[in-house]
Amino acid sequence: MNYWPLLGVAVIVIGFLLRFNPVLVVVTAAISSALLAGFTVPALLALLGKSFVSSRMLLIFLLTLPVIGLLERAGLREHAQRWMGRMHGLTLARLLIGYLLLRQLLATLGLTGVAGPAQTVRPLLAPMGEAAVEKILPTLDDADRDELRAIAAATDNIGRFFGEDVFIALGAVLLIQAFYSQHGIELTPLSIALWALPTAIAAFVIQSVRIWLYQRRLQRRAANALTRTESAG
Amino acid sequence: MLRIEYAYWLIAAFLLYTGLRNLRERHGWHAAFWLVLGVLFGAGDYVLAQQAVGNALPAQLAGAGVIALALLAPRLHRHAHVESRSAEQRLQSAIRLGHKLFVPALMIPLVTLLVALFGAHLAIAGHHVFAAAQMTLTGLALACLVALFAAAKVTRVPLLDGVAEGRRLLDAIGWAALLPLLLAALGEVFTQSGVGAAIAALASTFLPTGSAFACLLAFALGMVLFTVIMGNAFAAFPVMMAGIGLPLLVQQHGAHPAILGSMGMLCGYCGTLLTPMAADFNLVPAALLELRSPYGVIRAQAWSALAILATTFLLMWLFVFR
Repeated sequence: MNYWPLLGVAVIVIGFLLRFNPVLVVVTAAISSALLAGFTVPALLALLGKSFVSSRMLLIFLLTLPVIGLLERAGLREHAQRWMGRMHGLTLARLLIGYLLLRQLLATLGLTGVAGPAQTVRPLLAPMGEAAVEKILPTLDDADRDELRAIAAATDNIGRFFGEDVFIALGAVLLIQAFYSQHGIELTPLSIALWALPTAIAAFVIQSVRIWLYQRRLQRRAANALTRTESAG
Repeated sequence: MLRIEYAYWLIAAFLLYTGLRNLRERHGWHAAFWLVLGVLFGAGDYVLAQQAVGNALPAQLAGAGVIALALLAPRLHRHAHVESRSAEQRLQSAIRLGHKLFVPALMIPLVTLLVALFGAHLAIAGHHVFAAAQMTLTGLALACLVALFAAAKVTRVPLLDGVAEGRRLLDAIGWAALLPLLLAALGEVFTQSGVGAAIAALASTFLPTGSAFACLLAFALGMVLFTVIMGNAFAAFPVMMAGIGLPLLVQQHGAHPAILGSMGMLCGYCGTLLTPMAADFNLVPAALLELRSPYGVIRAQAWSALAILATTFLLMWLFVFR
């Protein structure tokens, strides 16, 4: 057994760790593995070229860009933000869970760019969340504020991750399909995307429960503070 | 008959357009990057056809093109594009159009789904409309065209402006667009170079490979671990699939490929939620929200990530060996 090609894996790990350009890292890793496996330069080039063009399906999402670009020019992002802004006045848990649901559904449609830390969390979700927390616990310190903002950002990440994997044009599904098809196993994108649904639902339930527990924790603190002031008075 | 190759030609045209626009605006490196990629896309079928009849030269040239892309990628810096409309104009348009803006976006998955489900039965004068190979993706390409027409109609903007807007987005994404494709190609190169076989051989020295459960656990935890180290589940996927997923789980233990791939990738996603290496998702939001700890977001999502990981692993274990 020739273990030298394993150095290609090391090239990836080290290259990513040292923050070299990922495209350069991946191509370097491919070249080093093939050379260490004893490929000649012409054979290596042919392998690289053939592997690349037979994975072209991974870029099919480029065809969605003109549509999304046109819609964004006509205010898609602004509309999504206004839509989310209407959740004003909800309780903390309803606000965060509602956002999670919206974010996940939008990502399932491939609209990952209309929401995000810069687009919606910082300008909308965080301030609305803080307003909702202050209704439960009027005196917020810096640590409380940090915790709420972190939970808002986490909710955004989880909604995005476990929604986009269901959309077939984005990387995950097609990467899986391309890998198998290069090894002689033909799968339809739909069959792969469907198996991401159970986790998408589980992620929604788990994060919702955690949001609800967070709200209950704040409510208990508020109740305790109340009894303490009453007994003191 | 509609074939996936037409979609590749469409993408090639879009890439060449992006390259030429960059050339005209004197962004030389960007122009070179997109033009090389466009040529690789347009010539892809010729390369594969020639390879099949024993002529390796086009494939070798394509390989040289890939190396050129890798050398160009570090030179692509994000250049800010002037938004074609002011924030005020977009807001007015958003208020005027409302939920109608979602309709063209919804058409993409909807038309794709229709083609995937019923495309095989669609025939005009005895000829099938869609080729059987890659029908879903052909449907997706068609859906994007339909959605583009719909978007132009809804927003009353000329169709070609959409292509220009798409180019703006593509330039903003830059080399990152290429990463999933390259990682898929890497999986193939790794397998051909025996990386997978070497990992499988290593794994069998300390892993009871006769136990399907042990292999599945090693695969899932390996996905998480490699994702945490590299900050990218897509990069972990070809390594773990070539090493454990394909040789041990699919070929030896008969794991269901779609379930293994899909849920294995999701185990990696849980790793992404845990690592500062995924700076875009974990560190940038912490800075944006002015948290005092850069790891605040990771801390907030860690328990969710672990619970989702445990659930996904359990589901995978229940279904993958059926």
